[in-house]
Amino acid sequence: MNAPVPPVIVPRLAPLPPVIVGAGPAGIRAAERLVAAGLRPVVIDEAARWGGQIYRQPPEGGPFTRPKSALYGLEAGKADAVHRAMAAIRDHVDYRPRTLAWNCEAGALDLLSDGAVETLPFSHLILATGATDRVLPFPGWTLPGVFTLGGSQVALKFQGCAVGRRVAFLGTGPLLLLVAYQYLKAGVEVAGIFDTTPFLTQARAGVGMLRDPVTFAKGMLYLGWLRARGVPIHYNVRPVRAEGTERVAALVWRDAKGRETRTECDAVAVGLGLRSETQLADLAGCRFRFDAADRAWLPERDAAGRSSVPGVYLAGDGSGIAGADAAELAGERAALALLEDLARDHGGRPVDAARVAELDRRLTGIAAFRRALNAAFPFPADWADAIADDTMICRCEGVTAGTLRAVGRSGQAREINRAKALTRVGMGRCQGRMCGATATELLARALGTGPDGVGRLRAQPPIKPLPIATTIPSPAPGEGVKCDRSPPRERATPQAGRSHDA
Amino acid sequence: MRERIDCDVAIVGGGIVGGSAALFLRQSGLSVTLLERDWCGAKASGVNFGGVRRQGRPLEQLPLSQRAHAIWGRLPELLGTDAEYIRSGHLKLARSEADLDSLIAYRERSQGFGLDLEIIAGEAFRRRWPALGDSAVGGSLCPQDGHANPRLVSPAFARAAAALGAVVREQTPVDRVEKDGDRFVLLSGEALEVRARVLLNTAGAWSLRVAEAFGEPVPLESLHPNMAVTEPLPRFLDVNIGVEGGGVYGRQVPRGNMVVGGGRGFALDADRARPERNAVLGLMRDAAELFPQLRHAHVIRCWTGVEGYTPDRNPVIGPSRTTPNLFHAFGFSGAGFQIGPAVGQTLAELVRDGGTAMPLEPFRIDRFTPTP
Repeated sequence: MNAPVPPVIVPRLAPLPPVIVGAGPAGIRAAERLVAAGLRPVVIDEAARWGGQIYRQPPEGGPFTRPKSALYGLEAGKADAVHRAMAAIRDHVDYRPRTLAWNCEAGALDLLSDGAVETLPFSHLILATGATDRVLPFPGWTLPGVFTLGGSQVALKFQGCAVGRRVAFLGTGPLLLLVAYQYLKAGVEVAGIFDTTPFLTQARAGVGMLRDPVTFAKGMLYLGWLRARGVPIHYNVRPVRAEGTERVAALVWRDAKGRETRTECDAVAVGLGLRSETQLADLAGCRFRFDAADRAWLPERDAAGRSSVPGVYLAGDGSGIAGADAAELAGERAALALLEDLARDHGGRPVDAARVAELDRRLTGIAAFRRALNAAFPFPADWADAIADDTMICRCEGVTAGTLRAVGRSGQAREINRAKALTRVGMGRCQGRMCGATATELLARALGTGPDGVGRLRAQPPIKPLPIATTIPSPAPGEGVKCDRSPPRERATPQAGRSHDA
Repeated sequence: MRERIDCDVAIVGGGIVGGSAALFLRQSGLSVTLLERDWCGAKASGVNFGGVRRQGRPLEQLPLSQRAHAIWGRLPELLGTDAEYIRSGHLKLARSEADLDSLIAYRERSQGFGLDLEIIAGEAFRRRWPALGDSAVGGSLCPQDGHANPRLVSPAFARAAAALGAVVREQTPVDRVEKDGDRFVLLSGEALEVRARVLLNTAGAWSLRVAEAFGEPVPLESLHPNMAVTEPLPRFLDVNIGVEGGGVYGRQVPRGNMVVGGGRGFALDADRARPERNAVLGLMRDAAELFPQLRHAHVIRCWTGVEGYTPDRNPVIGPSRTTPNLFHAFGFSGAGFQIGPAVGQTLAELVRDGGTAMPLEPFRIDRFTPTP
C-alpha cells in the first residue's frame, strides 16, 4: 500500500503568536500571563463579550443593567476580577469575539466569524473550551419549560429573564443550590429542590469539602438561605415524569421509599453536572483517557496542562470538570507551561518558578476538593435505567432510548460509534454534544458494562453547524470570502477517472 | 489457549463484498468464517456516499452491475431490511453541450445492458427538474438507479450471513496468512487460528497484505473521498445526482438531509482519514452552486473513509494467478457499493462451481504487471 500522505506541517523557524480558544476564566488568565511575558496572544471566543459561561456578561448596551452582585451572587467579586483582567489586557491581545473555531488540523485552526471562514495557523494553542450541561432525559423532558440548569442560569444572567414563574430544581451538584438561590433572589418562586443524592452522602462528604472552607461555607449559606425561605428540599429523589400539554404543569417525582408526589410548577431546571467540550482537542489529535469521576473520555493533560500533542495545552473545564476557580489557575498554569516550552525551544526568559509552584500547590488542593464534591454529589448512575424506551434521547435525529438499547442488546453495536451508525444517535446538529452522554450511559447499561466500556464518539468537523453561505463569494464589493481557495469556478475539481459516488 | 476453526471458506474483510460473499456461500451450504479487523461494514462500505447506480460505470462493469441491481431489489428478503434503499433514479448532469454529447455517447455504448437511459435536455429538462435551476443544460436519467443508507446495508450483509450460520468475528485482524498443504492458515494474534480450503481476500484498502503474501502485488493506493451532510431541508430533489466529468454529487434522503460529496480528505494514518478543510469548503461551494436550495443551509457533519484505488479505477476481482483456491475482490476505487453484492455472489459461485458466467477478465489481478 502506498504510504498515506500526512497532513502538511510546515516547519517553523519562529513561533507564531499563541492562540487561545475560549475567553472564560481559564482563557483570560492564560492570556493575562502571556501578555505579561510580552506576547500578543490571539483570543478566540464564540461569545460577544468575554467571561465564558460562568461569568457571562449581559449584552452590551442592552435594555437593562443589573449589578454584578445580582448577576453572579457570591461570585460577583471573582467575576469582576476576571472581567477586569481581560479589560486590562484588551489592547495587548488579538481578541476575536463572535468567532467559532469549527475545525482543527495539524498546526491550524479554522475559524468562522461574521459569515466568513479563515484558517489560522498556530505553533502554540491553549484550548480553554469550557463545558456544557450534561443532559440526561426523563419522560416529558422535551416539554417546553424543561431546561438544563446551566441554561436556566444563562437566561437569568444574560437575558435577565427566568425560565418560569414557579421553577422546580432537579438533579445534583453544587450548582443546583446556587441557581435556585439566584432564582429566588430574582423574585421567582422555587417549587422545590429535588436532589438525586441521599442527604447522608452529602453530609459525610462535607467533611472532605472542608478542604475549601470558603466554597463549602457558600454551599451551606445557599442551603440555609433557601430553607429559611421555606423552599422544600428533598433528597434521594428520582424524576418520574414532567407533566403538561402545552408546557410543563408539574414534576412527578419519587422519593427513596417509592412514593410518588406531584409538584406543580411551570418550569423544571435539570442539573446533572457538566460535560467537557473536547471536540477541538480531539481534532487536534490529543490522546484521550477515560475519567471515572466525569464518566467521560477526556484529553490527557499533565499537571501543567500539556496535552499529548506538543504545542497544544489544555486548561479549564474543557478537559475535565473542576470549576471556575480551578480554571483560572489552570489557565495561568497552561500559559506558564507554554512559556516554559518556548524558552526551551526558542530561548527566552525562564518563567517564575515560585509562581509555578504556587499554582501547582493550589491546583492540587482544588483537585482534592473536587473529589470530595464528586463524592457529595454522585452522578445518579441508575438514572439511565429509568428512561422509558419510548423517551426520545436524540432530538436532532428523533432516536428513542428503546432504539439504542435494541442495537446494544442484539449485539449489533458494541461500541458507541457503531450505535451512531446504526441508529443515527449523535448525527444531527449537536453532533452528540447533547445526546452523547445519554447514549453512552444507555448503551453501556444495555451491554452490561460501564461508560468506559463503549468507546467515545469521534469528533468530526465542523464541530458546530457551518453555514454554506460562508463559502459563496459575495457579489457585494468589499465582502470577499477570506478563505484562501480557488479551484476553477466553471466546474468542480475533476476527480481522476470518475466521481466517487459509490 | 488458541481457538481453532476449520471451515470451507475463510473471508478476510467484512465489508459489503465479504459480507455478501459470506451470505451467498452460506446459502450454498458451505461453512464460512469471516474475519473483520474493525466492525463489519464500518469502513468504505459503510461510510461511502450511498449512491446505488449503474449509470456511468465502464462497460466492463455493467454485467456485474446488472446482477447487483437484481440483488438490490431483493434486500428485504435477503437482509430483513430495506436499508433505506430507494429506486429514485440517477440523473447525470451535463453542464455543457460537450458533456451532453458524451452522455449521449454513453447511452449508445451501453445499449443492451438494460440501463434504459433517457436523455433529457433544454426546456424539457427545466420543466422536469425546476429545482436544479440553470446548473445544467440537460442530463441522462437512469430511472431504476437510486440510493441507500450504506451504514445500514453493509453491516446487514454480514449479519444476515451470521444468521445463516457463518462465523463472523469482528475486531479480529489477520496478522499472518500462509498455506499449509491444501489449507490456508490465518492467524489473529495468539487468540485465533482459522484453517480453510478457500480464501477470499475482500479487505478493501487493506487487501494488499493478503495479495502480497501470495506474491501478487498491486499498485493500490488509499484515497479518501470527502462527504458532507446538511441539516434536514424541505424536499426539493427526488433523484440521485452526479455530474458528467466528475466533481460534486448529491442526494436528498427522505428525512430531508442533503448528502453531498466531492474532493478528498487526508489520511491520519493507514487506518483513519479525515475531511480536509479546503475540500470541505470547496465541496460546500460547489454543492451550493449546483443546488441553490443549499445556499442558506448548514453543513452539520463531514466525513471521509479509506478506500483502495487502482491505476485504471477498475477493481481486482477473480482467482489468484499464483495460488489455487485464493480469490481476490478489492480496489473498487470509490465505486464498489452498488456492485458489491454481485461481486460477493460471483465469488460464491467461483468457490462453489469453479467458474462463473460473469466476465472477469478486465479485473485480473495480474493486469498491472509490466510486460518484460
